[in-house]
Amino acid sequence: MSARRERALARETSCPALPRHVRMHFDEVRGAWALLSPEKVLWPDEISLAILNRCDGRTQAGAIAAALAAEYGADEAEVHADVLAFLQDWSDRMVVRL
Amino acid sequence: MNETEPGLPIGILAELTHRCTLQCAYCSNPLELLKADRELGTAEWISIFEQAADLGILQVHLSGGEPTLRRDLPDLVAALARRGVYSNLITAGVGVDGPTVERLAAAGLDHVQLSFQGARSETTELIGRLRGAHERKLAAARAVREAGLPLTVNAPIHRRNIDEVELFIELALDLGAERLEIANVQYYGWALLNRAALMPPREAVERQIEIVEAARAALRGVLAIDFVAPDYYARYPKACMGGWARDAFMITPDGTAMPCHAASTIPHLVFDNAARTPLEAIWRRSPAFEAYRGTAWMKDPCRSCDRREIDFGGCRCQAMALAGDPAATDPACSLSPLHGRVLQLAEGDAASEVETFRYRRIGAAAEPA
Repeated sequence: MSARRERALARETSCPALPRHVRMHFDEVRGAWALLSPEKVLWPDEISLAILNRCDGRTQAGAIAAALAAEYGADEAEVHADVLAFLQDWSDRMVVRL
Repeated sequence: MNETEPGLPIGILAELTHRCTLQCAYCSNPLELLKADRELGTAEWISIFEQAADLGILQVHLSGGEPTLRRDLPDLVAALARRGVYSNLITAGVGVDGPTVERLAAAGLDHVQLSFQGARSETTELIGRLRGAHERKLAAARAVREAGLPLTVNAPIHRRNIDEVELFIELALDLGAERLEIANVQYYGWALLNRAALMPPREAVERQIEIVEAARAALRGVLAIDFVAPDYYARYPKACMGGWARDAFMITPDGTAMPCHAASTIPHLVFDNAARTPLEAIWRRSPAFEAYRGTAWMKDPCRSCDRREIDFGGCRCQAMALAGDPAATDPACSLSPLHGRVLQLAEGDAASEVETFRYRRIGAAAEPA
């Protein structure tokens, strides 16, 4: 029996990535980014896309939030909370790996 | 949705072959299985996949029968990968060894869905009628993991294995799967023929739902569990294929393009063949696709129902099978006047002591039971 995984918790130091079964794809026909997964196609909105594009497995969640806050001129504490909540939700749904 | 201009399709279920290593009695393939000489060739499938990508298809599920019996499978996967189309291999895993998986991974395969007929070896052997099948599936799962490919364990559920749901969850965790599908059998094709031997009793279904809900909560972020409800016992029907010709369709081994697996059971429908008619023309204008697209074809109670664009009246083929009218409300729906009869059918089948399967074999349906 292999070692069992545990639910990952989103932290400032998490380095999120897309899991192997999920792939970003620019759909030329619709002119939009799609997130492809085994049974579903998700169409991330602009903010989700901005986060997902930074999920490279190296950048920490805190740095992603700081970059987004700067880019959108938004309150940094608020963006941190939003980014962590997003990552936790998407990790729980197995479409982001923390 | 605009009735005359359909949206763009997202997915295709490509049944590459009806040949199979197993003989599962719950198979949704038609009773009249196609022999190998009717299958499309490599170039025909690649042309279909190229057209699919042009049309906006984002996912192709490579299924069968057993798709790995096609020796050109890596070429077909590579054709999809070249266009960025997500490829999902739906396999029973028997004969899927390390080198096979390596070739598919190298060709760009995105995901493997591996079926287990039982969580116990003896159940897998009984349902699929192949000795040693379970161990070969375990080996296939390991080969998938070793190749670094993501894995979904698919568990088709019926009376003979519904008590193994907890074990299926354990199995999926042990195999390191990302996803588990607890998919109650849909009664089409061979499954419909074997319904009396497969239908679970309501109490077992309810217990199963409790187990799945508890496991989903406990395994949040660890294992995604998809649940396909047993629709004879459901309150509302499933949105079959996400709605008839709405965002997905299927292609049979000989190229017949159909909105649903079982659409050939609706006698008046005329199908196009994707090897001869351009895919875009099929999607937009195939009379079989247009027959039940959207909501204009609906009768009451569907026509005036708030859920008409949620479940699209359920499955047209199930309406055909159970109500004798493909435009009727799917009798799996509690709003159908026939729903009570469907429940009686289910309960009668579940209480029947039928144990004998009519196993899925090419030519077997015509044999006496």
